[in-house]
Amino acid sequence: MKVSFTLNGRRVEVDVEPNEVLLDVLRLKLGVKSVRRGCERAECGACTVLLDGKPVYSCTVLAPMVDGRTVETVDYLASNGELKPLVEAFVKVGAIQCGFCTPGFLLTAYSLLRRNPQPTVEEVKKAIEGNICRCTGYQKIIEAILLASKLYAEKRSERKEE
Amino acid sequence: MFYKLPKFNYYRVTSLNEALKLINELEDFKVVAGGTDLVMDLKIKRYIPKNIIDISRVKELDYIVDDGDRIRIGALTKLQEIVDSPIIREKAYVLAEAVNQMASWQIRNIATIGGNLCNASPAADTAPPLYVLNAELKLVSVEGERIVPVTKFFHGPRKTELKKNELLAEIIIPVEKDAGASAIKLGRRNAFTLSIVAVATLVKVSGNKFTDVRVALNSVAPTPVRATSVEKALTGREVSLKAVEEASKLVVNDIKPISDVRASADYRREMSIVLTRDSLLKSLERIGVRIGGEE
Repeated sequence: MKVSFTLNGRRVEVDVEPNEVLLDVLRLKLGVKSVRRGCERAECGACTVLLDGKPVYSCTVLAPMVDGRTVETVDYLASNGELKPLVEAFVKVGAIQCGFCTPGFLLTAYSLLRRNPQPTVEEVKKAIEGNICRCTGYQKIIEAILLASKLYAEKRSERKEE
Repeated sequence: MFYKLPKFNYYRVTSLNEALKLINELEDFKVVAGGTDLVMDLKIKRYIPKNIIDISRVKELDYIVDDGDRIRIGALTKLQEIVDSPIIREKAYVLAEAVNQMASWQIRNIATIGGNLCNASPAADTAPPLYVLNAELKLVSVEGERIVPVTKFFHGPRKTELKKNELLAEIIIPVEKDAGASAIKLGRRNAFTLSIVAVATLVKVSGNKFTDVRVALNSVAPTPVRATSVEKALTGREVSLKAVEEASKLVVNDIKPISDVRASADYRREMSIVLTRDSLLKSLERIGVRIGGEE
């Protein structure tokens, strides 16, 4: 069956089997490799995407369920500059070890900061509880998200001054 | 790809009527709402249905309405919407408290309250708070609708009161005045885990006596349960730490825990006592009654 949705700002149409999951459609049919195949059982968060703006696991979304909806991945948010403060913060703090979990963390963190621009440590921990880092770099990831919150605030105040 | 889903026919419906007609006609189907439980169950072949009916776009079942003396929640309301709802937080906080401890943000953003109930896991975390709130469920079919108490909904693991042609449409919660309620969940870690035991309690006190006590648990029996022994022992009794501690021990009469990968039956029994006590104390605190115990 044909499924059509907005992927990273562009309308895509793709042939899917009803029993395919979004993760496989993105990786195997649309070439979006930033969405990682981790546990495949809605536990690790490596396959996180934004569905209509909210973080969900693409490994448990049936492909036909995204018809007509909006899917965003880090690729898009990186290309339009939205992720820049977060990426800067992750690099600066050293919140990336092997990098496998990073796209998922970035999407979750991005959604958190949009919803709650100045989260507490506890709020950051709560938000990222569905993302697992097997390098166990959580401390740095939490620090990076808190730093990004400041960088986004600076960016907002710069914009105001302009 | 480690998991391959079995093949099925996919049907998408956009209205409740359309959904009810379809489930009335079709055989061998499963209904998908958020999919976080069902897609996993398909992956592990717990179910191999011929047909899947996607009701995620039935917008008319996605709402939280405040009717004053009761709250109505559409079955397709997402878990995160319940956590964030000012109505629930103000008038049925114990439900938001329990749901906020469920799964992860990614799952709460797509999983629905109706899905959690209909999946009928013994570990369904929406059940204990709904049990102590005396919630009712509206079940609908092409023939009409009926209301059942949530405590009669679960028949066993993955088995519910729903007839083949029925859908859960709405959760109805009577608003309790002057009640204190709380929910506590114990898992193998704080975040994102299935319950070893989860407890919710609700208490009302008048003249330093318990006038209403409700206790519910999950993961300690084939279905979520009300701990009627504890409730009976406390109702009418003077409020004291001793009374709460004595009554909490009776919870073992109301549960039938098993040993599994998450915990042993003995551990579940012990923890049921501890969590019942802690939750009762917390519920009392929420109506301004402090009688000690650890935080």
